[in-house]
Amino acid sequence: MGKGADPLKLVVAGHVDHGKSSVIGRLLHDTHSLPQGTVDRVKRIARETGKDFEFAYLLDALEEEQKQGVTIDITRLQFRTQKREYIIIDAPGHKEFLKNMVSGAADAEAAFLVIDAARGVEEQSKRHACMLSLLGIRQICLIVNKMDLIAYDEARFTAIKEGMNAFLASLGLMARDAIPFSALRGDNVLEPSPLMPWHKGHTLIQTLDDLEAARRPDQAALRFPVQDVYKFDERRIIAGRIESGTLRAGDEIVIHPGGKKTRVRSLAFWRTEDEKTEVRAGESVGIIVEDEFFNQRGEVISHAERPPLITRSFRASVFWLGKKPLRRGNRYKLKIATRAVEVVVEEIFGVIDSSTLALDNRAQELSLNDVAEVELGSQEALALDLFADCRALGRFVLVEGYDVAGGGVITADLSEEAAPDGFAHGELKARCEIFEEYHYNVKEKEIKKSRRAPEVYTLGDALPLSGKSYAYPDFFDIVVMRDRIAVSVREGKVTDIIPLEEYRYGGLPVLNGRGFAFLVRSGADWERCREEFTDARPKDEAALSARWLHFGAFRSIPFADGDWEI
Amino acid sequence: MQDLDFLEAQSVYILREAYKLLGRLGMLWSIGKDSTVMLWLAQKAFFGHCPFPLIHVDTSYKIPEMITYRDKVAAELGLDLIVHGNREALATGMGPQAGRLECCKALKTEALQQVVRKYAFDGLIVGARRDEEGSRSKERVFSERNAADEWDYTRQPPELWDQFKTDFPKGHHIRVHPILHWNEIDVWRYIRREGIPIIGLYFARDGERYRSLGCAPCTGKIKSEAASLDAIIAELEATTVSERAGRAQDQEDPHAMQKLRKAGYM
Repeated sequence: MGKGADPLKLVVAGHVDHGKSSVIGRLLHDTHSLPQGTVDRVKRIARETGKDFEFAYLLDALEEEQKQGVTIDITRLQFRTQKREYIIIDAPGHKEFLKNMVSGAADAEAAFLVIDAARGVEEQSKRHACMLSLLGIRQICLIVNKMDLIAYDEARFTAIKEGMNAFLASLGLMARDAIPFSALRGDNVLEPSPLMPWHKGHTLIQTLDDLEAARRPDQAALRFPVQDVYKFDERRIIAGRIESGTLRAGDEIVIHPGGKKTRVRSLAFWRTEDEKTEVRAGESVGIIVEDEFFNQRGEVISHAERPPLITRSFRASVFWLGKKPLRRGNRYKLKIATRAVEVVVEEIFGVIDSSTLALDNRAQELSLNDVAEVELGSQEALALDLFADCRALGRFVLVEGYDVAGGGVITADLSEEAAPDGFAHGELKARCEIFEEYHYNVKEKEIKKSRRAPEVYTLGDALPLSGKSYAYPDFFDIVVMRDRIAVSVREGKVTDIIPLEEYRYGGLPVLNGRGFAFLVRSGADWERCREEFTDARPKDEAALSARWLHFGAFRSIPFADGDWEI
Repeated sequence: MQDLDFLEAQSVYILREAYKLLGRLGMLWSIGKDSTVMLWLAQKAFFGHCPFPLIHVDTSYKIPEMITYRDKVAAELGLDLIVHGNREALATGMGPQAGRLECCKALKTEALQQVVRKYAFDGLIVGARRDEEGSRSKERVFSERNAADEWDYTRQPPELWDQFKTDFPKGHHIRVHPILHWNEIDVWRYIRREGIPIIGLYFARDGERYRSLGCAPCTGKIKSEAASLDAIIAELEATTVSERAGRAQDQEDPHAMQKLRKAGYM
């Protein structure tokens, strides 16, 4: 696709009353982006209702929003800097309107998290950060608003920044930037504020222009979900949108989950001026295929190489926005790309309070605004992807009654065939991901993982110790913490598989289940490391990994032109 | 500048979702630029066909050229066109003298309700855009109206990842907004790129043109020399006046449009 870039989509999130709408209103005002008369009209309304003018009123269009001084539903508006265009999404910060915040943030490429300088990080600041992480948003900037209320104090600003960064780190995120700001006074909007000479970083506008736009995944694996099949005239056209990859007339294709193969005879268009022979991610298209099978909405077309996962059971991170709790055994309509199918909640692996990240392992239901890891199962085979591999086929919503009541992203395929490599000895079993291959895809500028067909190793088996991105020694130990199993490797072979409790550190390198080396040099080190991992909560994992694990000891991330096929 | 290919692709996707997932479907066609672009997009989506009827809510106060143009285009394209007016209200002499908002309510909102009932529509495709005015910026792509045609904007369900609201009780209907994400200037750039025929009222004559079309008594012209598509686009790139500044009903009350739309206005 050409001719002009898509605007960058930015969501402004944060706790209620921390000034999200005001930050945007100030930005629009100072960049002269508001229609003539808007400020006068809004000032008039404020005067008539006996209130002081606030920049937030420029955005909060609904009468109820202005009367109550609170954003109820998202506002999307467009705005332009010299560099590019933006769609700015103003999300409500009130807990009650989290569903609206999620609606607004779902397709954002970046987020501003607004924090009140006087009040600091509050419940929804954290909850919104958690939602942003779940929705796959990686670019987050902190806007510490109302600096005028704390006399532009650098120490307070730094404390807020560090506190929020610590929370983000537990989500595997890091803020790109943090700006001390005042929407009311207009500090650090376009020019560095003279009141905060200690701030050496960006202004708001610089931070905005520094964000990276998402690129359309047209180099990725082809995913073309069938939206409908038309027979308005003599042509039988399969219609839909290319969600990722590129499709050409003449391509051989596979239609999932059935697995039928055919060839694209031609691409269909209304006008001859529009005709072409190649279509890419983001385009709504029609194709005519050589073999006229019965096709239906919900099928997914791919190339024979790099097919989607075909499964009836998967693990997902789910956020729940429904009034009635989500419970094990409940059935919902799942909508993923163009497919709609009934699923049952097979398992709830633990409920996370999205504002504290505290995990409740025993919780058996999700209430409004909760987040959890769950297993979903379907009677029918589904074509889908892990969210990390393909966003469009890796995310879904759950419908209860008439409304979308939740959503989620797919984190693992739980079908039998998808079992990862493993170690097994009698009753003792452990997952093994030390033979996964990592590479850096230079076209997509992302680190990717791939793996071979899974295998299970037992005593006496020789291990494939060198791969494209790893080289393990002939003598080492593996400790799979989550399965509480230790494996001894001697002369390249599995010589022992024992419970973690019986394992003793013996001076050889110790690897975790992914092939990362533990940074331990003594038995005392090891005992401390094991205790810390055993007591860890999910939110501690990143910090613990940083303290105890070394990725590069036996692994590397080679550059690759495309994705590896193993 | 938004990518026109992407805007088009998204609108086509929305139209196809509506056609597949909603039952009886109709598309509002006001003869203006937005709904004329929608008609074009429908032909793109359905490969030269428009598989649902068009609906024109005729208040009898429309600018006369609009009616002539409507009948000409409908005949040329062989459109399935439903023209409907609120005859009962017109019989009692309803007009802007009764109050602009009263008039809009009777001749547009109520007339639209009558059409929805008469044809039992499950979905109405409407050319609203978020950049037009505040309450439209809060809209969802698939937006439910209850049995009384009311919009409950304080309790809208989540809408994410293009999973639209397609489940609703019988008697409710969905307003589908395929060009919600377009801006006024995008509409004009698309008309220019695609060569879409458009009514002449938008082009300046004697130093004036219509920027937004509606009923003659309540729609003002703007001062303009823009007599071509290029000139209109250049004018919009420079203006800071809002699109609906010439629409008198919007100025009646700071929240006029919100109130009209809550009650079922398009």
